[in-house]
Amino acid sequence: MNRIKAILAVTLTSVLIVCLNKNWGPIPAFGPLLSPFVGFWQNAEAGMAPGQTLKLAGTQEEVTILYDDLGVPHIFARNDHDAYFAQGYVTARDRLWQMEFQTHAAAGRVSEIVGERAQELDRFNRRLGMVYGAEQALKAMMADPQSKQEVEAYSAGINAFINQLTPAQYPVEYKLLGYAPEPWTPLKCALLLKQMTSTLALGNDDLYMTNILKSYGRAVVDDLFPDYPTREDPIIPVGTKWDFAPLKVPSPPKDSFSAQLPLAFRWQERDPSIGSNNWAVGAEKSATGYPILANDPHLTLSLPSIWYQIQLVSPTMNVYGASLPGAPGVTIGFNKDVAWGVTNVGSDVLDFYQIRFRDSQRREYWHDGRWKPVRRRIETVNIKGGPAVVDTVLYTHHGPVVYQPGEKAFNKNFPVGFAARWVAHEPSNELRCFYLLNRARNYDDYRKALTFYAAPAQNFVFADNSKNIAISPNGKFPLKWKEQGKFLLDGTNPTHDWQGWIPATQNPLVKNPPRFFVSSANQFSTDPTYPYYLHWEFAPYERGARINQRLTAMQQATPDSLRMLQNDNYNLRAANFLPVLLPEVNQQGLDQSQQQALKALTTWRYQNDASGIGATIFTEWLTRFRKAVWDDEFRVDTETPMRYPSYDRTLQLITRQPDARWFDDVSTPNQKENLTGLINATFRATVDSLVKQHGAFGPGWAWARHKGTDIRHLIPGLDAFSAVDVQNGGGSSVVNATTGRTGPSWRMVVALGPSPKAYGVYPGGQSGNPGSPYYMNMIETWRKGELNELLYLTSADSQNTRVRSTLKIEKP
Amino acid sequence: MLPFVLIALLSAVAQLFLPWWVIAPVAFLVCYWRSRTGWRAFGNGFAGVGTVWLIYALFIHLQTNGILTDRMSVLLLKSESGLALVLLTALIGGLVGGMAGLAGQAVRRAANAAGFRM
Repeated sequence: MNRIKAILAVTLTSVLIVCLNKNWGPIPAFGPLLSPFVGFWQNAEAGMAPGQTLKLAGTQEEVTILYDDLGVPHIFARNDHDAYFAQGYVTARDRLWQMEFQTHAAAGRVSEIVGERAQELDRFNRRLGMVYGAEQALKAMMADPQSKQEVEAYSAGINAFINQLTPAQYPVEYKLLGYAPEPWTPLKCALLLKQMTSTLALGNDDLYMTNILKSYGRAVVDDLFPDYPTREDPIIPVGTKWDFAPLKVPSPPKDSFSAQLPLAFRWQERDPSIGSNNWAVGAEKSATGYPILANDPHLTLSLPSIWYQIQLVSPTMNVYGASLPGAPGVTIGFNKDVAWGVTNVGSDVLDFYQIRFRDSQRREYWHDGRWKPVRRRIETVNIKGGPAVVDTVLYTHHGPVVYQPGEKAFNKNFPVGFAARWVAHEPSNELRCFYLLNRARNYDDYRKALTFYAAPAQNFVFADNSKNIAISPNGKFPLKWKEQGKFLLDGTNPTHDWQGWIPATQNPLVKNPPRFFVSSANQFSTDPTYPYYLHWEFAPYERGARINQRLTAMQQATPDSLRMLQNDNYNLRAANFLPVLLPEVNQQGLDQSQQQALKALTTWRYQNDASGIGATIFTEWLTRFRKAVWDDEFRVDTETPMRYPSYDRTLQLITRQPDARWFDDVSTPNQKENLTGLINATFRATVDSLVKQHGAFGPGWAWARHKGTDIRHLIPGLDAFSAVDVQNGGGSSVVNATTGRTGPSWRMVVALGPSPKAYGVYPGGQSGNPGSPYYMNMIETWRKGELNELLYLTSADSQNTRVRSTLKIEKP
Repeated sequence: MLPFVLIALLSAVAQLFLPWWVIAPVAFLVCYWRSRTGWRAFGNGFAGVGTVWLIYALFIHLQTNGILTDRMSVLLLKSESGLALVLLTALIGGLVGGMAGLAGQAVRRAANAAGFRM
């Protein structure tokens, strides 16, 4: 009896410990997680770490790092190597988990951490050739001695941090998911840059356009999907001269190609909420007599924050700005002489080629009149708690075959048997561009830096204290015939291949234009006089036009005027649509809520403010109306997915062709719908649905509440580490481009002059640790549309009162 | 009283260097060495480890204004109260300590019955 009891007690205890020591799917290992000695408790921080001196192998001389009151490190190094080493170290100290997770995601390795639920995502990234692209980039980085030193020193700094960690000190996400950090490598820096390209230059609708072409013919495509919108205000002002002799543009092939398969496959479209604003006003327009520059990149807002503020000082540079955790240097920022910023260029740098394999072995494919060998790359996806999955990715000279015939694909569906030609697979060294910008002193340095930049293409805005301003849509642009890649391409025909590149010096550019400002908001780079084809569609014009409207009127600009413009909530799309839609609404028979909503819209001044109701009704109404017009003919979730014509074309259709056949709903053959009918039906349905959602017309309909901006932790569903329902204004077609999940991920304003004065904020905090007071301490400032002054120090001995803590790194 | 104090002290020191589950061997050995009944062994193990975990967790909670406790509490308990998580922590530690203590005592009794003496 005693023996049985003893065995039972020992067994029970052992089982209890084993159970508590193990992750069960998404349920964490409660033993080590809850232990105050090693668990999450160890991640709780009372404030900033006090000053300390570290002995770290890897630095060449002493490095001094001053932390200011917002937790921004100001690194003072005696050589470049040490500056990047220290950047790696302090970034890892604040953001290690995020850096590693993002590069794991890019590399298709999330299944290693969370198990098979990420398997399809991982497979997608492998098929897309993310690691292949990163390897190409790494080769280019390592071929340049400065970039090599930079990326190796940065990696060494990260590893110096990782190597001294005990499991109790791991960031809390490792404890929740039950894994440990691995050594950092330069490849991970390359992966991070590819991840950025994936975020900004992967959207594509070639498939949908091909389906539309096949279903409706050329005339409808030309009519509804034109190559230049009716309303546009391009980045390079109309009338700017192109001062170069252009290369010969390839002519479109004569034989028309028609894709064979029924294309029941889907690819992510461009997200119009992901974009950005930047501009610079010249000395003539500014109150300071020097240029002032502003930038706010719009991305999917997340925690830990996308950006990490840093100041890097060495004998060759003194630069401050926003860096990407995982990449050395400063991406958007300023130094004593210049400031620069970026917004995305929506050029077409991803095309799909239909591949004809010789047989089901898929070892050869037809191109240029002969069979060419397929290169096979084995991808092994390791899966936590299960066997590894091995996948063979087929590479043609175009690029990887994203999915093969007969396969089920990630999420919805992808083009089967199509190779992706994507600029992210080109060898390129973006680090070199930022290395030079970080040290730039003048316009010539800026021009030189830009020639090294490939992808994702950006509108680089620039200002210097010699009073120059400039902007250039810049990147590696394939030399294409007009509309090449608007539809799927023929992988067997060499004339369908990309035919070289637009020379970097011939990328669009404007310097010191007569209007005394430059700006961009992802709209068309140029008007149709530019000799090269970049794309047939860019982001809608409203943000850009509104910015230009206000900058044109602006005199005596100060940093605060530019800050106010960043927060401009004027909804130009509403100002265009409502005067056309509202007069058509029939007031007969409206119920009380509908009458109140109509009145609210009629008196609305097109401001997407947090407390306003007009924005809520308009946004829902326009979405519903657009769907009512187009969904019967151009639906995406069908066997032949398609896309809607643009807002611009829709508005033009309403005003110019109110009797167009598109207003009839083809799914009701016995009925003939018309424009007025659709306007009225969708208005009523919108109000009814808002009543259902928010109750009777009233403050419950406030835009901020309806929009519900969430800044979410990178692990899906982790609300506890997220900022949910942040109350602010904005919208996807307004300058303050805050939507439910996306928004200005960094706002910066830099006034150049004898010494730069700069301001900035991002929605989060310097620390990636949810147990730190610096995890989301800047969200409130961001929400209110305010900026913090950025502390630009010139000496490590600074007595500035904002310096809170000093970290010294010495050789052992 | 002595087993409780010993478990608390020894487990606190051991956890500074060893994995969290070292609390189990500590409670096991102390109760093997000295414990009169199974209930007492469980109580000593539970209280010994639970007290250490309670005090340390509470200390961290108060020192950091509950910044992480509150977030973790939302995550694990769907509750805004960090104190609930402090108590859960003490309970889990206590449970392991208690079970290990009980096991120590039970093994001792089985050994005694079989004629071993310590």
